[in-house]
Amino acid sequence: MDKSYSAVMSRRNDIMKKAMGLDYSDYEINPFAFDYEKMMSDTGFSLEKIREIQLAGKVGNTPLLELKNITNLVRKHSKKGFGARIFIKDEACNASGSFKARRASISAYVAKMKGYKGMAAATSGNYGAAVASQASMYNLGCIILQEVFDSKYTGQPEIIEKSRKCEAYGAEVVQLSVGPELFYCLLDILEETGFFNASLYTPFGIAGVETLGVEIANQCMDMVGKFPEHVVITHAGGGNLTGTARGLKKSGADKTSIIGASVDLSGLHMASDNDFNKKSFTTGHTGFGIPFATWPDRVDVPRNAARPLRYMDRYVLVNQGEVFFTTELLAQLEGLERGPAGNTSLAAAIALASTLPEDEVIVVQETEYTGAGKHPTAQLSFAKKMGIDVRVGNPEENQPGINIVIPESIGQIKVNEQSMEKLKKSYIKNVRNNFPELDIMDENNKKFLMDELKIKDFEIIKSYFMGDKK
Amino acid sequence: MWVQIEKVVLKASQRTSKIPEDTLKCDYVMRINGYADNAEIGKQTEITTLTGRKVSGRVVEVNPKFRHDFGEPVEELMHVGRVCRKELAGGEQ
Repeated sequence: MDKSYSAVMSRRNDIMKKAMGLDYSDYEINPFAFDYEKMMSDTGFSLEKIREIQLAGKVGNTPLLELKNITNLVRKHSKKGFGARIFIKDEACNASGSFKARRASISAYVAKMKGYKGMAAATSGNYGAAVASQASMYNLGCIILQEVFDSKYTGQPEIIEKSRKCEAYGAEVVQLSVGPELFYCLLDILEETGFFNASLYTPFGIAGVETLGVEIANQCMDMVGKFPEHVVITHAGGGNLTGTARGLKKSGADKTSIIGASVDLSGLHMASDNDFNKKSFTTGHTGFGIPFATWPDRVDVPRNAARPLRYMDRYVLVNQGEVFFTTELLAQLEGLERGPAGNTSLAAAIALASTLPEDEVIVVQETEYTGAGKHPTAQLSFAKKMGIDVRVGNPEENQPGINIVIPESIGQIKVNEQSMEKLKKSYIKNVRNNFPELDIMDENNKKFLMDELKIKDFEIIKSYFMGDKK
Repeated sequence: MWVQIEKVVLKASQRTSKIPEDTLKCDYVMRINGYADNAEIGKQTEITTLTGRKVSGRVVEVNPKFRHDFGEPVEELMHVGRVCRKELAGGEQ
């Protein structure tokens, strides 16, 4: 069989169909619009069933913890009566050490149920470890493909740690240099092995995150007597935000404000060999957050089940120095040593809490494990070796790829609020580029666009299209 | 023997043009671990991976080791605990 790049890529649809046992054409209304809710409900699993699968897979029921010391410190920097109560969902307690186990557990269950001998996934993050961990429980083969090193063979320490963790669970790890051809290698391996594609973006995976939103709603009700007013979610590919928001809504917490938070890595190109090791965060950053929000269908499945603009109320950015400060703060003030992903939304929550009344609740919806390679000292030592200027000062001076400025005090942590309108207009621009002939007045397209952008007044969407035309 | 091999998946000239110029100048390279009967650094060999696949490439390491660590102490982080605890206790910033 021809294994050249062009030959394998031309077989992608067939390979994917075999590797997922899912025919996305069932949901397509036309080449642009599709029935998202039908696709999500066709997983065939109720929330109760998902919960059962997850508990059997050592996933879920993680504690919701109040961060009283951090809240008190925030209040010292807030106007009288301000400083919302900060809670954190300790997702590091899941098997494999992150919320990604929620996604992987359902993928593994489906892979086993459908008779696959193993699973493969292209991911450099916690998801790889989660898939490997779940594969071990189901006695399935497992191959994880990761983008690990630049052309000088210098590996990003956090990703090397993920390689180690995947191996610890018995997975085969394929380490690759920088570039989007990871997808070609995934297809090649799926075709060779006949394994299940445990993509991050399947309806099963996203349905697996819904339990996280449900648990937050229920735990908050038990602890505080109400649903949280705000939930901050570290945003990259969009699955964390989509699944959590859906779970909250299913629990009745439909007034909770859904806030996405990412680390600002603007200016660094995600597929650049030079830029690869100039960033100290491998996920939860704008390099994924913005492109995935404004065009979800850029992934390894035909229709992405993670569609963040359907749920996001606000999108805020923090910088690398602020997240390192926050990671240290969580250890030193709350006795919790946790990894960078959740601390991105914690940094945002710290800044937001000081602007919110003290009787309101803001939930940071994840933590992740930490360790060698992931720890702030590991990342900052590495950044210095890569020529990044690390110093203490005003975090507003942070410049991705050039410096990392650690705040002197908690009062300096601020969020950079992004315009939701700008994000939605950017989505429309992508619609135009991908579907230049799209009839937006077609009823199906109209409804799809209104759902995609969470806009009830179609005139607004029309004005975005008109604006883009100019 | 447990070894790590390297293989060039795509030469720079075979890579997709939709990537930044600096990346386009580099070969697309894979490293993978597995069992080999014989392994000499720099020589071609065939390995059997953990899922039983056969992959050929150049041996780069025998008993491949993870070298990532916790880095050095970072002085630029050390004020965080000190300053914030003092402030929490009601002292000066």
